[in-house]
Amino acid sequence: MLDRIISEAPRFFTYYNMVFLLEAMGRTLLMALIGVSLGFVLGFLLDFARRTPGRAWLPLRVAATLYVETFRRIPFLVILFIVLFAIQGFRFPVSLFGVAMIAICVISSAFCAEIIRAGFDSIHQTQWDTAAVMNFGRLQTLRHVVLPQAWRVILPPAFAFMVMFIKDTALASQLGVVELTFAGKVLSTRGFSAMLVFGTVLVLYFALSYPLSRLGGWLERRLAPSRGR
Amino acid sequence: MPHLAVADLTATYPGTDTPVLRDVSLEVQKGEIVSLIGPSGSGKSTLLRVLVGLLPPTSGAVRIDGEAIDYTSRRSLKLARDRLAIVFQQYNLFQNMTAMGNVTIAPIRIKGWKRPEVEADAARLLAKVGLAEKHESYPDQLSGGQQQRVAIARALALKPEILLLDEVTSALDPELVGEVLDTIRVLAADGMTMLIVSHEMGFVREVSSKVVMMDQGSIVETGPPAQVFDAPRTDRCREFVSRILRH
Repeated sequence: MLDRIISEAPRFFTYYNMVFLLEAMGRTLLMALIGVSLGFVLGFLLDFARRTPGRAWLPLRVAATLYVETFRRIPFLVILFIVLFAIQGFRFPVSLFGVAMIAICVISSAFCAEIIRAGFDSIHQTQWDTAAVMNFGRLQTLRHVVLPQAWRVILPPAFAFMVMFIKDTALASQLGVVELTFAGKVLSTRGFSAMLVFGTVLVLYFALSYPLSRLGGWLERRLAPSRGR
Repeated sequence: MPHLAVADLTATYPGTDTPVLRDVSLEVQKGEIVSLIGPSGSGKSTLLRVLVGLLPPTSGAVRIDGEAIDYTSRRSLKLARDRLAIVFQQYNLFQNMTAMGNVTIAPIRIKGWKRPEVEADAARLLAKVGLAEKHESYPDQLSGGQQQRVAIARALALKPEILLLDEVTSALDPELVGEVLDTIRVLAADGMTMLIVSHEMGFVREVSSKVVMMDQGSIVETGPPAQVFDAPRTDRCREFVSRILRH
């Protein structure tokens, strides 16, 4: 098998094939980055909605909780198809990439909301109270007091989720979005041996997620240093 | 006119019916130290929480220099919080900041005072509470007593007119209580107006000009320490004082 791979290699590692793979890798990265960034923003809003006080906001709280608890429990592939058929059913002019992006944001916002909730819950109410009596506004408390402490709890699962998520975007290949896994399939149907093609895909996935893990570790040390605790 | 006047204050925790404060009235003059004593759950700490707006009163009035605080108005509450400062039993330092950071954050970020002046003032306050060497220490690197003294410096940095101390030594190991009480004595000598909740009866007797005994959300007896401790006029107060002074 090895000699077959070696003999195929010159034909495989051509400029055209590499551009094809790198473009697909870019699409994978784009889906993961947009998914997680938007997911974080939406996750914050969802958490905010779940923390609204009083009876008037109850419907919002229930809706946000329902959203988070539902979409964390549905497989990504199922969401992909639900979004796809919903959009086709209503005849919205959305590309397949757009469908994948919507599904990704639905899932990642639900997961991020839960990660953020755990982070904020780790900060005791007394920190809010103490800031309040010193005339901090809620946003000021969030920025100066709560977030800097919550990072310690938010960052590790957030980066674990992001790395997991890069891999999960492979499911978008089921829709025909030309991301890394789909590109691998295309190349292997062109006659290249699966070991060679998916071996390269593997290396590219690793090249995407490893720096992200490192970035996570670096951010953790920077934003949430542990002082011998 | 009293500096701080509380009149017929009643408060109930949200979702419950029984008031935790019933018609509480007391006055604190400028430069005076008034202490609240009483068994656990008598409403002493709750009174301080109501004063700083952490629990809304259901009726009654709080006045500073004759000006009533409207706890439903953000503006009025903000003004009140500019004049009152509270130190909590559990210190509640911001864990993500050094001692210096804790003392300077609100003056710089909230009040908008100039950093060099705030830091000079903070250094003076930290020296005053005996922590001149601990500017760069984080809360988890400090003992309970040291954290509580940082909390006192943090409260003073906002230049409050009235300082509320909520059982500030109750969470401390016995050998650390003295250093915090010494700090409060220094403030007393400076003429700081204080309303203190404390179980340190010897200390209360020594520094207070007036002692207020509370039980089940109501004031039982008010008077100078000599009266409340040596010749209580009510049975409930006599019973409480004899129980705590016995040991």
